[in-house]
Amino acid sequence: MKQFLTFVQKEFYHVLRDRKTLLILFGMPMVQILIFGFALTNEVKNTKLMIVDHAKDLASAQLTAQIEASRYFEIEKSVSDHRQIEASFKEGSVKVVLVFPLHFYESLLHENKSQVQIIADASDPNTATTLINYLNAIIQDYATELKNPLSIPYQIIPETKMLYNPQLKGAHNFVPGVMALVLMLVCVMMTAVSIVREKETGTMEVLLVSPFKPILVILSKAIPYLLLSLVNVISILLVSVFVLDLPVKGSIFLLFAESTLFIITCLTLGIFISIKTSSQQVAMLISLMGMLLPTILFSGFMFPIENMPIPLQIISNIIPAKWFYIIVKAIMIKGLSFAGIWKETLILLGITIFLLIVSLKSFKIRLA
Amino acid sequence: MQPVIVSQLKKTYGKEKSVAVNNISFSVNRGELFGLIGPDGAGKTSVFRMLTTLLIPDGGSATVEGFDIVKDYSAIRNTVGYMPGKFSLYPDLTIQENIHFFATIFNTSIEENYYLIKDIYVQLERFKNRRAGKLSGGMKQKLALCCALIHKPTVLFLDEPTTGVDPVSRKEFWEMLRRLKESNITIVVSTPYMDEASLCDRIALIQNGSLLSIDAPQQITAAYPDILFAIRAGSMPLLLRSLGKYPKIKSAYAFGEYAHASFNDAAIQSEEIHHYLKGEGFNDIAVKKTEPTIEDCFIHLLKN
Amino acid sequence: MKEVVIKTEALTKRFGDFVAANAISFEVYKGEIFGFLGANGAGKTTAMRMLCGLSIPTSGKASIAGFDVFRQPELIKKNIGYMSQRFSLYEDLTVGENITFFGGIYGLSDKQLRQKKDDLVTNLGLQNEVNKLVASLPLGWKQKLAFSVAVLHDPKIVFLDEPTGGVDPLTRRQFWDLIYEAAERGVTIFVTTHYMDEAEYCHRISIMVDGKIEALDTPSNLKKIYNTGSMNDVFYQLARKAKRSD
Repeated sequence: MKQFLTFVQKEFYHVLRDRKTLLILFGMPMVQILIFGFALTNEVKNTKLMIVDHAKDLASAQLTAQIEASRYFEIEKSVSDHRQIEASFKEGSVKVVLVFPLHFYESLLHENKSQVQIIADASDPNTATTLINYLNAIIQDYATELKNPLSIPYQIIPETKMLYNPQLKGAHNFVPGVMALVLMLVCVMMTAVSIVREKETGTMEVLLVSPFKPILVILSKAIPYLLLSLVNVISILLVSVFVLDLPVKGSIFLLFAESTLFIITCLTLGIFISIKTSSQQVAMLISLMGMLLPTILFSGFMFPIENMPIPLQIISNIIPAKWFYIIVKAIMIKGLSFAGIWKETLILLGITIFLLIVSLKSFKIRLA
Repeated sequence: MQPVIVSQLKKTYGKEKSVAVNNISFSVNRGELFGLIGPDGAGKTSVFRMLTTLLIPDGGSATVEGFDIVKDYSAIRNTVGYMPGKFSLYPDLTIQENIHFFATIFNTSIEENYYLIKDIYVQLERFKNRRAGKLSGGMKQKLALCCALIHKPTVLFLDEPTTGVDPVSRKEFWEMLRRLKESNITIVVSTPYMDEASLCDRIALIQNGSLLSIDAPQQITAAYPDILFAIRAGSMPLLLRSLGKYPKIKSAYAFGEYAHASFNDAAIQSEEIHHYLKGEGFNDIAVKKTEPTIEDCFIHLLKN
Repeated sequence: MKEVVIKTEALTKRFGDFVAANAISFEVYKGEIFGFLGANGAGKTTAMRMLCGLSIPTSGKASIAGFDVFRQPELIKKNIGYMSQRFSLYEDLTVGENITFFGGIYGLSDKQLRQKKDDLVTNLGLQNEVNKLVASLPLGWKQKLAFSVAVLHDPKIVFLDEPTGGVDPLTRRQFWDLIYEAAERGVTIFVTTHYMDEAEYCHRISIMVDGKIEALDTPSNLKKIYNTGSMNDVFYQLARKAKRSD
């Protein structure tokens, strides 16, 4: 056990003394998440909003005034023609349209509820979601402000319509996506490179000709990266919660458990690469081209999988990051419990066990 | 029992089955300093890697401390010390950390076997917080030796420990090995430097995967068949050219300041050679009989 | 009067406050075999790099083949050959391809190249190996080939950095035969080695200690000065005084 701990300690020395590695390890996740996050928080001030007022009554006028008073929106113009909406969207001069139906105020007074329609340009899904959330908030505020003599609250039910990207692919997606990406990069590449480095420097020879079990060499390489990756998960979550205002809806504990599983998947992949290669460059290249690229392409984080040709959709099923991405999204955004993600977890577990078996089988206790 | 016994060991590489080690056999006695002497590519490293269980031979067998190199690899790994040809320490760890790491990996501590490495360690001690990557070639070798010794191996394998190291550090390194012998550690060492052969108890000369000769260095030089002359006269290339034309010449080659030459006439005397060279127009001629060195023997064996 | 092809005056290279080469001054003559010795870290590599135009000196003067190291490093590179133990030839190219490549780099014409290639191959007895990969040659042959390629463009000076490390004693001597031949053609040989018997083959040798040239003379004079019978001893007496290591 002491041997093992000394080995792990040595690995920490390696990591902590290599500034470049450290920078990649901790700088990259922050940079990535802030870049994506910046795209999200930008543009929500003074967004151009178009009002189509079929009602032209007291309520629609008051609500329009309230929206105009907020710092988020700038009312572009009021039109009554639907074709003009389409044109404005295409021009890009308008991001959101709010449509008041005929008899808006009347139905509010008589039926206690009324509808409005919100149409948003969802080609930038992050911004669209934010805008809709803000608009909704203003509308609900107005509804509560209206005094109702019967003390039954008025309800304004917005009907939301997304143009161009109806499923809102991408919204809130980047945090789970960056998590998958960062873990993939850190665990696969760093582990592979650090093991292969021992081969290159010749220290692997000395370690093999020692009583220390060769398999422990590999395991003790994995431990530090497991810990460092968990630190990365924590820092990503902290940034997303406190800087980007993206709360974790589901169980934090579950999220960590699933992350650990995915980290182990990645470490196994890294170990497998290191067994099969003997130079740091090759290990790095395989990690980048063979692992990172598929993660970006097939996890569903950048490009919607549903839109891909069937063969690619099938390929995407063997990409561990895809499953992890679905899991994290489910926990963070939808707030699902384990019952909602057990299938994906099982698949991820299966992939991990398979990789582990393959790695152990191909692991050599000798050179060449 | 002899700590290292090698019998008909063979190793081939690649699809073409190019032979790196070709049926070699030798054994090493307890407490001996045994040298495997030969140029790069002769097969020294392959032999070392097979004996340290890193490679499986394609033929033959070998035992280290009675353990079979294939079947009992883990027992061998518990007993031997190994210093590969490449610098094999962690450049980003300090001297102290490297030694501590290897001591722990081998289930021991620096204190436990300090007496073994004391001589070497005192030379490193003032740099103990310096990273291994920042040490000179000679210091790196010393540190690597410390790390290979720290678990008190009974057999120590040193693969080209002095390659690329300057003559001063080489000399110091061999002095350390001589002192280690006193601790009754069997040492198997390889080197491409012929002049280091005489520092071993016994040597095996190796070329192209085959052993040319195995014996004590004195025995090998004693077995040199010809009388060897050391000749100095004018410039070396001119001298060698003249000697090459001499009818009785058997071989002539440069050997430092002198040319070493042997002749087909066992009774030939210095005067006769002197006379010939004078006739060739050389001045300031020196001819004397000389004792062959291991390098002379190696050249002789290579030529036959 | 001997023609001077390398001349340095107080040539110095600093890395921060570390003086790798400290005011070295010497001359090397045309056709001379000049041995450049020193312990690891004495500053040999640094000095050699400056002479090859690969590294700009901090101060001092040096002219190589008549060109100034500060102002004309490109002209220097055209007029020298270089061979080191670590990198010599492309292992994954054939013997012929290597010759063509290096000849091409130095701007030999096709006709010259063909002629030189034939000469070289015949000279080394490599007729059957022209189309074989360099990787498949024995080390000794590689080194001989590398040397021949380094002098292919008839450089005035050829720099050899430990050219015979690890080579067997017979091949080592054949290698030196090539060196002698080149020197007789008037090529200046600047060579570093760890073999002290090879130091004896040089016309003159310098020994560097801690960035300075501590001794420079013919091998026999050095042995007289240090009152010993072997170069090994001369080297040992000088190098053990070294305070620093690399």
